[in-house]
Amino acid sequence: MGASRRLAILGAGDVGRSVADLASEYGHEVVALADSTTATVDPNGIDVAAALDRKLGGDEIGADDPTVVFETDYDVLVEATPTTLGDADPGFTHAKRALETDHHVVLANKGPVAERYGELRELEADSAGSIRFEATVGGAIPILSTIEDSTPQAVTAVRGVLNGTANFILTRMAAEGLDYEHVLAEAQDLGVAEADPTFDVDGTDAALKFVILANVLADGGFSLEDATVEGIQNVPGSALDLAAEDGRTIRLIGEATRDGVRVGPRLVPENGALAVTGTRNIVQIETRNAGSLHSSGRGAGGPETATAVLSDVGRLPPL
Amino acid sequence: MGNEPIGGSDSDRDAAAKSESDATAKTTADADAGADVEPQTEAETETGTETETDGGVRPYTVRLELVDEPGELLRALSPISDNGGNLLSIHHERGNITPRGHIPVEVDLECPPERFDDIVEGLRDAGVNVIQAGAERYGEEISIVFVGHLVENDLSETLSRIESEAEAAVIDLSLAAPDGTDATASARLRLAVDSGRTDAALESIRSIGADKDLTIVEPLLGGEA
Repeated sequence: MGASRRLAILGAGDVGRSVADLASEYGHEVVALADSTTATVDPNGIDVAAALDRKLGGDEIGADDPTVVFETDYDVLVEATPTTLGDADPGFTHAKRALETDHHVVLANKGPVAERYGELRELEADSAGSIRFEATVGGAIPILSTIEDSTPQAVTAVRGVLNGTANFILTRMAAEGLDYEHVLAEAQDLGVAEADPTFDVDGTDAALKFVILANVLADGGFSLEDATVEGIQNVPGSALDLAAEDGRTIRLIGEATRDGVRVGPRLVPENGALAVTGTRNIVQIETRNAGSLHSSGRGAGGPETATAVLSDVGRLPPL
Repeated sequence: MGNEPIGGSDSDRDAAAKSESDATAKTTADADAGADVEPQTEAETETGTETETDGGVRPYTVRLELVDEPGELLRALSPISDNGGNLLSIHHERGNITPRGHIPVEVDLECPPERFDDIVEGLRDAGVNVIQAGAERYGEEISIVFVGHLVENDLSETLSRIESEAEAAVIDLSLAAPDGTDATASARLRLAVDSGRTDAALESIRSIGADKDLTIVEPLLGGEA
C-alpha cells in the first residue's frame, strides 16, 4: 500500500466526483473539492458525500472561492477540469501553481499534457513535485504505466482506438447497415455521444490522446497542431459494407510514433485485435524487445477514469 | 519436403526445358540409372507438355495470402478445381504471418497452360489475395476504400492516376452507390504495389484523394493489427 495522500480535487464533473468518491477506498483523504464557481475545503478531510449531494442537487459545492484550494494543506492536486485546447487553461495554470509550490499534480485533463507538455516538464524539473497523467489516455486502461514499465525508448509505436463514441458509431453502422446520422442520434439517446459530439467524431479527442503518447515516446515536441487528423463523419455505410466484403472493417485508428501523430478512419481486419466493438478502447504498444502488447478496456467514464487517477496517486514518490 | 511438387523445383524444370532437344535421352538415361521410377514419369510428362499444344498440363506455384478465419483455405482452393486445376500440394504457413496479419499459403498445382489465367482470376474473384502466380510476382497487395462523388469526379481518371502516379496496379474494384451514382459512393480497390513501395504509393494516393475531394480509408499497416 502506498502512503496516504491528501488530495485537492479541481473539477467536479464525472471524473472529479468519482475521484472524491473512491479516494477513501484507496486510502487517501480529500481535503478540497472545487468546481468552476465554488469550493469546499477542510484540512481534516471534507465530507465527500455531503459535497457530492450538494453538487448533484444543483447547489453550490461549498462556501469558498475555488482559489482557496491552493492555500489548503494538500499533497496532490488532481486536475480534472474540462479539457481545453490552445493555452490549455485554466488546467495548465492550476498545474503550474501546484508545481511551483512543490506539490504533486495528477491530471485527468488532456489539455496541458497535449498542448504544453514541454513547459509542464520544465516546471516539474524545478519542483519537488511530480506530474502523472495516466487518466488522460484511455480511461481505465493502463497505457502510460505500461509504456513507463517498458521504458519509452523501447516503445516504437502506439496504435489503436481511443475514442469510444466514434467506435460505437462505426460498430453500429457496420452491424446494422445504418447511416452515420442515424447511429449518431441513437448514440446521443443512449448517452454514448454528447449533445455536441464534434470532438469525438472529428478525431480531435483521439488525436489529443495520441499527441500525449507521442510526447511520452519522444519526450515532448508535439501538440495538437502537429497531428494529421481526420474524422468519421464522411464514412458512409456503403464504405463499411465494402470493407466487410473483404473481411475488414473501418475503425477510427490513431498512431503515435516519435515521428508524428496520425488519426483517421482505417481498414483493419474484421476479427483483428484492433477491431474492438462498442465503446471499448484498445491500444497496441509496439516494443523493440517484447513484440506487441495489447491493452483493452473502458476508455471513459467517471469511476473508470478515477481509478487511473488514483493509481497515479499511488505511484507518486514521497514528497 | 512434402510441399515440393512431384517433379522437383522450378529451376530443375527450366534447366530441363532449355536443353530439351538434346537432354531427353540423357534425362531418360539418368532415370534409368536411378532406382526411383518417379523422375522418369515426370520427364515424360514434361516432354508431353512440350510436344502437345492441347491437353498437356504444367505445374505452377501460386502464393496466396489468407485472412485468418475458419473456412478461408477451403474457399481459396475451390476456384482452382473449379477451373480445371489439379492440386499437388498446399503449404499452409500457419505460424508465419505477413506484415498485414495474414497467413501465407503456397499452393502447387498443375493445369493446362491456357487455364492458368482463369484460375488466378477465379481466386481473385473469390477475394483471395494472390501474391505470386507462376513467374509473375506482386510485392504487396493493399485494399483501400474511397468515399465521395466518385463517378462525378471521373472514376476512370482517378484509377489511371493511381496506376501512373502511385505506380500501383489496380487488381479489382467494387463500387457501392446506394443513393445513385450522382451521390456519395464508396469504392474498394485492391492494388498491387512493388515490395517496399507501399508507403510511397499510399502517399501518392492521399494526394490524389485530396485533389479530387475524396475521403480515403487506408489500410492500417505495421504491427499485428
